[in-house]
Amino acid sequence: MSYYFAIIGTQDNPLFEYEFGTSKQGGDGQARFSEQARHLNQFVLHSSLDIVEEVQWTNGQLYLKVIDKFFNNYISCFMTGGNVKFLLLHQPTATAAGATRNSTSVGANPTSPQTEEAIKNFFNEVYENYIKAIMSPFHKVNMEIRSPVFRQRVAAAGRKYL
Amino acid sequence: MASSKASRLGEDRRTRMDKVNAELVVLTYGTIVAQLCKDFDSDYVEVNKQLDKMGYNIGMRLIEDYLAKSNTVRRCSSFRETAEMIAKVGFKIFLNITPAITNWTSDGKQFSLVFDENPFADFVELPDDGRAQDELWYSNIMCGVLRGALEMVQMQVEAHFVSDVLRGNDTTEMRISLIRYIDDELPPEDD
Repeated sequence: MSYYFAIIGTQDNPLFEYEFGTSKQGGDGQARFSEQARHLNQFVLHSSLDIVEEVQWTNGQLYLKVIDKFFNNYISCFMTGGNVKFLLLHQPTATAAGATRNSTSVGANPTSPQTEEAIKNFFNEVYENYIKAIMSPFHKVNMEIRSPVFRQRVAAAGRKYL
Repeated sequence: MASSKASRLGEDRRTRMDKVNAELVVLTYGTIVAQLCKDFDSDYVEVNKQLDKMGYNIGMRLIEDYLAKSNTVRRCSSFRETAEMIAKVGFKIFLNITPAITNWTSDGKQFSLVFDENPFADFVELPDDGRAQDELWYSNIMCGVLRGALEMVQMQVEAHFVSDVLRGNDTTEMRISLIRYIDDELPPEDD
């Protein structure tokens, strides 16, 4: 299972991106995207912004779950109150997707309640840290988040939940 | 003995004061610093100076407020006592923190205030332009406040930060040195 996480500002501008792999089931936390896929990921992720706009008003929740699917790429979305989008692209590894016996494990089945819950927890933790990051007086709205501390915390949240 | 008395006094006075939301303070102060950085084109040395100056002007007036609220009309008998009162009453009243007093020099004229927590610095991360980490003293306004306040009670001091957790140091430490007691100076005689 590989993940590509991005924060998209209110002008649909990217603010932050981070790639990581699963740490569950003995994963080493490394992303397993091919070099080609890494470029494609950005494209896939941003193309789902249209879907975000469609679904964002359908329920009052911040967490919109899986909103888009492109072949084996699933996009989960979390909208902050300020219309900043957290998007997480998750790509189950081919073997995990094929194996049904461990379908309850996080990652193997991207739309299972367990996975949804794990991603929700991840988003919530990132959200908390995001608020702290943008509360810094030297940060401006829609400015790229360069803080190394924030990156570390996102990484930690990824390790903890995904 | 005197030390615990000062702590009690600080705690007691603080509870009587009106309070303001800490985040309001953090954001307001943060905005000031950020705006100064912008106005002076990230000339952090100048920003430090400006903060110190602002603090100085605050301190000169704040001392009156402090004396009124703390009801300590008595003069401190020594610079050590002054330090106690600054840390345990002054900082307690206005910022609800009690910095530790350490590193006295043997002549009793210099000491350090070590801040475990700094209410100004919540959420703050210094700009990562490679210079702010070495040049900007984010909370420099406090130095000015102390300098201004002590000057009004006949003590000329020099205060500066020597380390700051925002810069990646282990502690936030301010060094304060007494330069001299200002004697009441007679106005120049009218001839």
